[in-house]
Amino acid sequence: MVAVLQVEGLQTWFGTKDAPVRAVDGVSFSVARGEILGLVGESGSGKSITGFSILGLVDPPGRVVGGRVLFQGQELVGAPPETLRRIRGKKIAMIFQDPMMTLNPVLSIETQMVEAVLAHDDTPRAEARARARDALGLVGIPSPEERLGAYPHQFSGGMRQRVAIAIALLHKPDLIIADEPTTALDVTIQSQILFEVRRLADAFGMALVWISHDLGVVASLADRVAVMYAGRIVESGGVDDILDRPAHPYTRGLLDALPATARRGERLRPIPGMAPAPTARPSGCAFRTRCFAAGPDCAAAEPEPTRAGERQWRCFHPLAEAAA
Amino acid sequence: MTPLIEGRGLTRRFTRGLDVAEKLARALGANIREEVVHAVEGVDIAIRQGEVFGLVGESGCGKSTLGRVLAGILPPTDGELLWRGRDVAGLSRADRLEMRLAVQMIFQDPMSSLNPRKRVIDLIGEAPRVHGLVRAGEVDDYVASLMQRVGLDPAYRRRYPHQFSGGQRQRIGIARALAVRPKLIVCDESVSALDVSIQAQVINLFMDLREELDLTYLFISHDLGVVKHISDRVGIMYLGRVVETAGADDFFAAPNHPYTVALLKELPSVKDRRRDFTPIRGEIPSPLDPPPGCAFHPRCPRAMPVCSADLPALKPVAAAHWSACHLNDMPALRPASETAA
Ligand SMILES: Nc1ncnc2c1ncn2[C@@H]1O[C@H](COP(=O)(O)OP(=O)(O)OP(=O)(O)O)[C@@H](O)[C@H]1O
Ligand SMILES: Nc1ncnc2c1ncn2[C@@H]1O[C@H](COP(=O)(O)OP(=O)(O)OP(=O)(O)O)[C@@H](O)[C@H]1O
Ligand code: SF4
Ligand SMILES: [Mg+2]
Ligand SMILES: [Mg+2]
Repeated sequence: MVAVLQVEGLQTWFGTKDAPVRAVDGVSFSVARGEILGLVGESGSGKSITGFSILGLVDPPGRVVGGRVLFQGQELVGAPPETLRRIRGKKIAMIFQDPMMTLNPVLSIETQMVEAVLAHDDTPRAEARARARDALGLVGIPSPEERLGAYPHQFSGGMRQRVAIAIALLHKPDLIIADEPTTALDVTIQSQILFEVRRLADAFGMALVWISHDLGVVASLADRVAVMYAGRIVESGGVDDILDRPAHPYTRGLLDALPATARRGERLRPIPGMAPAPTARPSGCAFRTRCFAAGPDCAAAEPEPTRAGERQWRCFHPLAEAAA
Repeated sequence: MTPLIEGRGLTRRFTRGLDVAEKLARALGANIREEVVHAVEGVDIAIRQGEVFGLVGESGCGKSTLGRVLAGILPPTDGELLWRGRDVAGLSRADRLEMRLAVQMIFQDPMSSLNPRKRVIDLIGEAPRVHGLVRAGEVDDYVASLMQRVGLDPAYRRRYPHQFSGGQRQRIGIARALAVRPKLIVCDESVSALDVSIQAQVINLFMDLREELDLTYLFISHDLGVVKHISDRVGIMYLGRVVETAGADDFFAAPNHPYTVALLKELPSVKDRRRDFTPIRGEIPSPLDPPPGCAFHPRCPRAMPVCSADLPALKPVAAAHWSACHLNDMPALRPASETAA
């Protein structure tokens, strides 16, 4: 399969040269056409900054200090701002947790969507308007024709998020990066949006990077999963491999901590300790201070990626279940 | 046995006043009225000593409002609140203060409920000192023991809340609630903002404390997975009303109300793979203008004509299991859970 997006050794740092905050520190993954990649990990692990880095949206003092981002073979790291602007919104779209990062509160939905069409396509206004209306219908907004004239505050949170998704779909992008787009929504509304997303990815062959800390959502939606810890992807592979037979003790730990894993009223099994701040990561494997499988070798060096078929992990002591 | 706390027909409405522009528009003849939010409507609820009652439902359905009414923080617009079988409205001042302390609330975002300018020792130690539960000279030791109890290092007791992580701040909130030796703790989304691993630590802490201190919990959450894990009984709200309540096993194994059935089906689980989502259609209606009859009828896959006309009453459908759905009055159509299987 040809990768739509290939990220290699991406490093995005904040802070100063002398005291860098390594928010993203050597992230590699790829996404193929029509594929949904779930990017999971605890708060602060670097999921959002990874998404922003791909689109060149990291604000100073943050900067991409290393690695490559290949979109359909084209290098985006260091690409001229004009090139990035042409690609953003047209070929790659981003959906944020808060739809108001996409929507302007003082403009009607119609104005915003028509402008979004015209930003990249030289079409008559009437045609742009028709595309906007169709996109609203696609994401399940009832009576899209009438709703076009509405303002964001006249919509519920779930409907606003659907409008943001509709805007992302206007140009039928080849890649969508969605950063926790349903985290703030209710279960029934989330379920409506996941339904549309799955359908659209299948229908148009869009590739999707779906950032979430909710393993249940990722399990129901994704084809492949990448697990982030302390600025790195510690394990990635097919959704069944990762969730049923994790190789990395961190993935195992995340799954074991879920209430669904324990019997009702039984004690849950949290991972001991807390995720380290980017400025206070342990030497060697960053997870070793919380890891049940760690040995003395884990402190000495950082584990490099091990490949096995479609999956890979960074761990000196991968779990036996992965090999089976 | 008399329930520890009981609500009968509890109702809480809010009037949303008009802003300046709206008042002006009304003076000029526009048809603008003050809006009434029906946050909680006619809720019957009873929580027994020692149990964990899980309260679930989607955003805006009135969970927090009901929690605050039960905690005595917010007076009900209508209905009765009973503490150990006695009407709270008729309690003496002293008894009312005792109830105030006996029911403590823990919130989702400890940052907004913890005064950022106070040190941890004062956040936790002030209330028990003011209410004479500990002497001034003993506050330090008392706070240290509470911090230890919730897994915080007492050496940090002179720090401010912002110097702690999210999970640690939640523990500060718990220690503060425990400091006045409560009987009932209302946990309002107290683990919702935490990462799974920290969430598991805090849930374990809640369960340990329950054992050791014989606590009763009203556990409010929109996360059914968490509620399933820790609750003995579960109630589900839709637009201000409790539409179903049952023992936890029964609630999850044999849900009755079409809303419960749909919600349980839509809950994403790690066991799902590339799932076919079959969402309930439609938006959650506004509590400003609840639909007539059963509030769920515009979205209900099994709605009948009677559903938009009459309000279904909460009725027993099995042992210790109540549901408010007209289908239960039509034996030929019952029950919702069979169609879900
Ligand atoms: N502007 C900034 N300055 C300094 N550090 C930053 C900045 N933005 C992010 N970081 C750091 O980068 C790391 C990764 O942040 P990121 O937002 O990518 O995490 P995340 O995985 O998306 O977490 P969450 O689940 O909470 O959204 C964090 O440790 C964060 O503190
Ligand atoms: N002080 C208030 N004034 C006016 N309306 C209020 C007030 N408090 C709550 N409401 C309204 O009452 C309804 C119920 O709110 P409540 O906070 O109880 O819901 P909830 O179930 O806790 O929701 P969430 O899951 O989002 O916390 C909402 O429509 C809310 O906007
Ligand atoms: S009462 Fe009617 S509308 Fe309400 S849930 Fe039952 S069947 Fe559906
Ligand atoms: Mg993020
Ligand atoms: Mg609430």
